[in-house]
Amino acid sequence: MERTGAQILLECLRQEGVDSIFGFPGGAVIDIYHHLPDYPSLRHFLVRHEQGAIHAADGYARATGQVGVCLVTSGPGATNTVTGIATAYMDSIPVVIITGQVPTPLIGNDAFQEVDIVGISRPCVKHNYLVKDVKDLAWIVKQAFYLARTGRPGPVLVDLPKDVLQAKTLFEYPESISMRSYNPNLAPNRRQVRKATELLRRSQRPLVYSGGGVISSDAAEELTWLCRNLRIPVTSTLMGLGAFPGDDPLWLGMLGMHGTYAANMAVGHTDLLLAVGARFDDRVTGKISSFAPAAQVVHIDVDPTSIRKNVNVDVPIVADCRLALRGIREELEICPDLPDWNTVHQPWLDQLAEWQRNHPVRYTYADEPIKPQFVVEKIYELTKGEAIITTEVGQNQMWAAQFSRFHRPRTFLTSGGLGTMGYGFPAAIGAQVAFPDRLVIDIAGDGSIQMNIQEMATAVSYNIPVKIVILNNGYLGMVRQWQELFYARNYCATCMHLNPDFVKLAEAYGAAGFRVTKAADVERVLKEAFAVPGPAIVDVVVEPEENVYPMVPAGAALTDMLLV
Amino acid sequence: MRHVLSVLVENEPGVLSRVVGLFSGRGFNIETLNVGPTLEDGISLMTITTAGDEQIIEQIIKQLRKLVTVVKVVDLTHLQSVEREMVLIKVNAEDERRAEVLRIADIFRCKVVDVSGNDLTLEITGDQGKIRAIVNLLQRFGIKEFARTGTVAMRRSMQME
Repeated sequence: MERTGAQILLECLRQEGVDSIFGFPGGAVIDIYHHLPDYPSLRHFLVRHEQGAIHAADGYARATGQVGVCLVTSGPGATNTVTGIATAYMDSIPVVIITGQVPTPLIGNDAFQEVDIVGISRPCVKHNYLVKDVKDLAWIVKQAFYLARTGRPGPVLVDLPKDVLQAKTLFEYPESISMRSYNPNLAPNRRQVRKATELLRRSQRPLVYSGGGVISSDAAEELTWLCRNLRIPVTSTLMGLGAFPGDDPLWLGMLGMHGTYAANMAVGHTDLLLAVGARFDDRVTGKISSFAPAAQVVHIDVDPTSIRKNVNVDVPIVADCRLALRGIREELEICPDLPDWNTVHQPWLDQLAEWQRNHPVRYTYADEPIKPQFVVEKIYELTKGEAIITTEVGQNQMWAAQFSRFHRPRTFLTSGGLGTMGYGFPAAIGAQVAFPDRLVIDIAGDGSIQMNIQEMATAVSYNIPVKIVILNNGYLGMVRQWQELFYARNYCATCMHLNPDFVKLAEAYGAAGFRVTKAADVERVLKEAFAVPGPAIVDVVVEPEENVYPMVPAGAALTDMLLV
Repeated sequence: MRHVLSVLVENEPGVLSRVVGLFSGRGFNIETLNVGPTLEDGISLMTITTAGDEQIIEQIIKQLRKLVTVVKVVDLTHLQSVEREMVLIKVNAEDERRAEVLRIADIFRCKVVDVSGNDLTLEITGDQGKIRAIVNLLQRFGIKEFARTGTVAMRRSMQME
């Protein structure tokens, strides 16, 4: 039986195992929406702005490890997703974006709601397609999902002209895929693994620096085994939080610009840096020439371009992190004379423990105004690390990273690479859709929550019980902090005059709203909000000029931290 | 250092802008770029000359390989290879200097492909050194138009030590 392009698309999504689509209709995609009710296994969530759709698909993908799907119309519908596509690209998140397009005869004519989204998105997708013939649709969708989730994952966009959606052909979904130009290398080179193992055996002061790749390759278990058995301390990037248990004594906390003292000092003194699924981003390394100055570097990454992009590497291993770590384990298991790791590493671990003791992340408690760090600590206490935490970007994000602990992968969803304000709330919606029974909390600022606040309507209409905790300091806090420290306190354009009343705003949307002004009330109100069956906003009025510390000024060495 | 890259790509719409966009987006430099279909269906060959230190060139090659539409990348710089470029030069050749222009053309084994009352169009093929040399020599006559193909290159079958 012949089917239309729209039906074929939906059939492909069904066969890919898609269960949730975040989207917003428009003229170019009405055909898809027309047939959507015929596919009851595809749940559609109507957002209020396309940026919400793409972030929700991204949040769904980060929380589950499955490909997130976003469906929007041509023109403005497509361009509104670009920020979210770039967000997913920078953090290597598997998302498939379906965009409508004007009919093929009109392409290039500046037709109504026409935009060259394939051209616009090209620098921030893993790959993209313009489907010109309905006969190509099925294999393109198959390839799009394959590309999105394999190798280094990333967003893939499929642009569908309206006439292609209406054209008919026989549907046949390809069983398998072979692409002559795309074959990610997953298995590690045995010789490189042996070299890395040899360095591990000889090292006195090893350090694991893990990143988002450990989470996307599901390598947390292998990483934990290696570090615990060899007694190697662990730090991670923002993206890597949750891959190693945050309550393990070997855990040093995050490294980088707002990393812990112990983690940054560890980088300064380690003799062997084992970088796993991380890419030596500038927010992590600080001044690159002073990064891990005494260390040999082993770098495991599935993407060859990550290797030697920013730093020189002694032993590169281009491979899937899980397979590489497993390879090291196998190599260790056949190694005849392993050192007694406890004895060899103990002086190093003692040193690290002393740094941790002397310089933990800290703040000074106050009842009023409330300290934002206290709120994050309370959230952690109440949820015991079982919640899925998302964040917006800025101070709220850094405090969430510093004062929570994460025990499992995919429990901390944040825009690391692009730093997209407005990410956290729609991402939380995506995560909650995937896990309706878990507690999903967006730790937000009063600035960034307003960037996608319209999604309250989405959360309320589908009863997606996301909890938003706003650390409301009345400022764009991180920029204000930079202005205070490096720009002579010239608070230009960072004061959020006349914020809305977030409690009333929540109520206007039909959600629950709470306000807290005293530290003594924080626990009670959070409990109350978490117990609400639907979405809720907790507006926490916090100290306006609290700063995030430690802080490595931009361009300084990691060990040159401002501590208070 | 200058590098010559041979890049096999899937011949589909947008593949050129993917490659060019990669260079501009990451701040890499393209000196010359030549594209044409190969004898294999659906595959085109790009020859790109670019410059940068070793680390930059390594990144360029890896980034090119990462593009889904790129099938193969070979850096010809450290291989023995044949490298050619074809140039059309329209040069002033008034009666009194015409003989001199033709003599230079002869020495460089140029072909005269078009003639008019006061200019000649020469076709010359060679590597970059040869082209620089003839441009140098012809400049004093006045070059009116200049069009070049960009480098094309091929690995030699016999690689000597």
